[in-house]
Amino acid sequence: MGVKILGIETSCDETAAAVVEDGVKILSSVVSSQVDVHRKFGGVVPEVASRRHLELINPVIKEALEQAGVGFGDLQAVAVTQGPGLVGALLVGLAAAKALAFALGVPLLAVNHLEGHIYANFLVHRDLSFPLVCLVVSGGHTDLVLVRRHGDYRLLGRTRDDAAGEAFDKVARVLELGYPGGPALERLAREGNEEAVNFPRASVEGLDFSFSGLKTAVIQHLHRCQRAGEEVARADVAASFQKAVVDVLVEKTLEAARRTGCRDIILAGGVAANGRLRAAMQEGARREGRRVLYPPAELCTDNAAMIACAAYYRYLRGEEAPLTLNALPGLPLAPA
Amino acid sequence: MEFTWLSLCSEETENFGRLLGGLLRPGDVVCLYGELGAGKTVLAKGIARGLGVTEAVTSPTFTLINEYAGRLPFFHMDAYRLSGPREMYDLGCEEYFYGEGVTVVEWPERVEEVLPAERLNIYLKVRPEEPGQRELCLVPRGRRYEELLGELKELVRAGH
Repeated sequence: MGVKILGIETSCDETAAAVVEDGVKILSSVVSSQVDVHRKFGGVVPEVASRRHLELINPVIKEALEQAGVGFGDLQAVAVTQGPGLVGALLVGLAAAKALAFALGVPLLAVNHLEGHIYANFLVHRDLSFPLVCLVVSGGHTDLVLVRRHGDYRLLGRTRDDAAGEAFDKVARVLELGYPGGPALERLAREGNEEAVNFPRASVEGLDFSFSGLKTAVIQHLHRCQRAGEEVARADVAASFQKAVVDVLVEKTLEAARRTGCRDIILAGGVAANGRLRAAMQEGARREGRRVLYPPAELCTDNAAMIACAAYYRYLRGEEAPLTLNALPGLPLAPA
Repeated sequence: MEFTWLSLCSEETENFGRLLGGLLRPGDVVCLYGELGAGKTVLAKGIARGLGVTEAVTSPTFTLINEYAGRLPFFHMDAYRLSGPREMYDLGCEEYFYGEGVTVVEWPERVEEVLPAERLNIYLKVRPEEPGQRELCLVPRGRRYEELLGELKELVRAGH
């Protein structure tokens, strides 16, 4: 009999629940934006409102248990995202997790959302070796984290303004690809010449990032073309912009690996699904004898399986959160 | 009583925000209008500095609301991803607007209906002929903000 943990994640837009056995076997992973769940519960696209989380949390947990083929009595622990995120959204998940843990008489485990993203890798890769460097890159985060062992993190660098995924989404909008448009931008970029426009690489010292200036440079490039009456080569702009982001992400991540002597590099977060980033990181790492690993796309974006996985290692360490646990919107992963 | 100020670079915009931040009081609300890349987050960073926030201030577009501890609590909101005022209301925005901290709202035009009537509006514009420069137009709504703008003008004139 393995250790089955129910994970709950409500830190931002997604209401998610999952059952994971022994930190590696995903018995179920339900994310509310999945079309079938919507049809089933008649919900609309889940937006930011806490009320939507409130409406979805119980059906999503029920669905996760059903898909896993387990009952409440089979759970050894309940895990939940404590932060960072929106306080109102986090509280919905916390309240549900606390009530379940109390009613079932099992430990409550608190997980940091970023820790969850890191652990998406442990769900699928069995041979990761510590210490390792993780690039957490999404719409809300661009963090370089040193993972020395399970539960031991050090922040090496982060964005000073916009997250990389945010830059993708905003540039996608000015290219009229809709919002959020990260994946659409990646598709358009495939048809473009990434050397066409030389967008500036932000010169931030150390391992920190900055993407706000790049976003502004793209907008100004488009305005300049407009004023000059030139037609904008959108695919070229998309490809050149993507290359500028990827170059910086790869360069800083490899530098972090060099400085900390890590052989393994892992990618996490929504932008880790970007094919250009994956390929460039692989290539750069191979040249230095390092290895790059990442989760499949569906585990890169917000989900609860990663929360249950991270919690499994806390469970093994005998950790337990008090039932007075509060949501922490600014919860740091580790001291800088 | 408007006040227009020209910023020659992002450092100047941030510094202007720092001056403004130093004058803000509990319950003050500042709305930042302007296109993508107009410098709203840069200005908000400066306001945070002026409020004594030492933490790194990053874009709230994805997170919607970032909270910081300074001399006063600082709430940095962004309505870019919201579908409208209803969602802003659902986020509990009133608790921020009418609380003990200072609130800065980016993309306020998307949620106009739930914003307090009394506030300071700042319109940021890129100067087309000088893409590095920004024009900041400050429009006070209500007596508190007219006074605030008066104090800010004096500081700017004194060459801070």
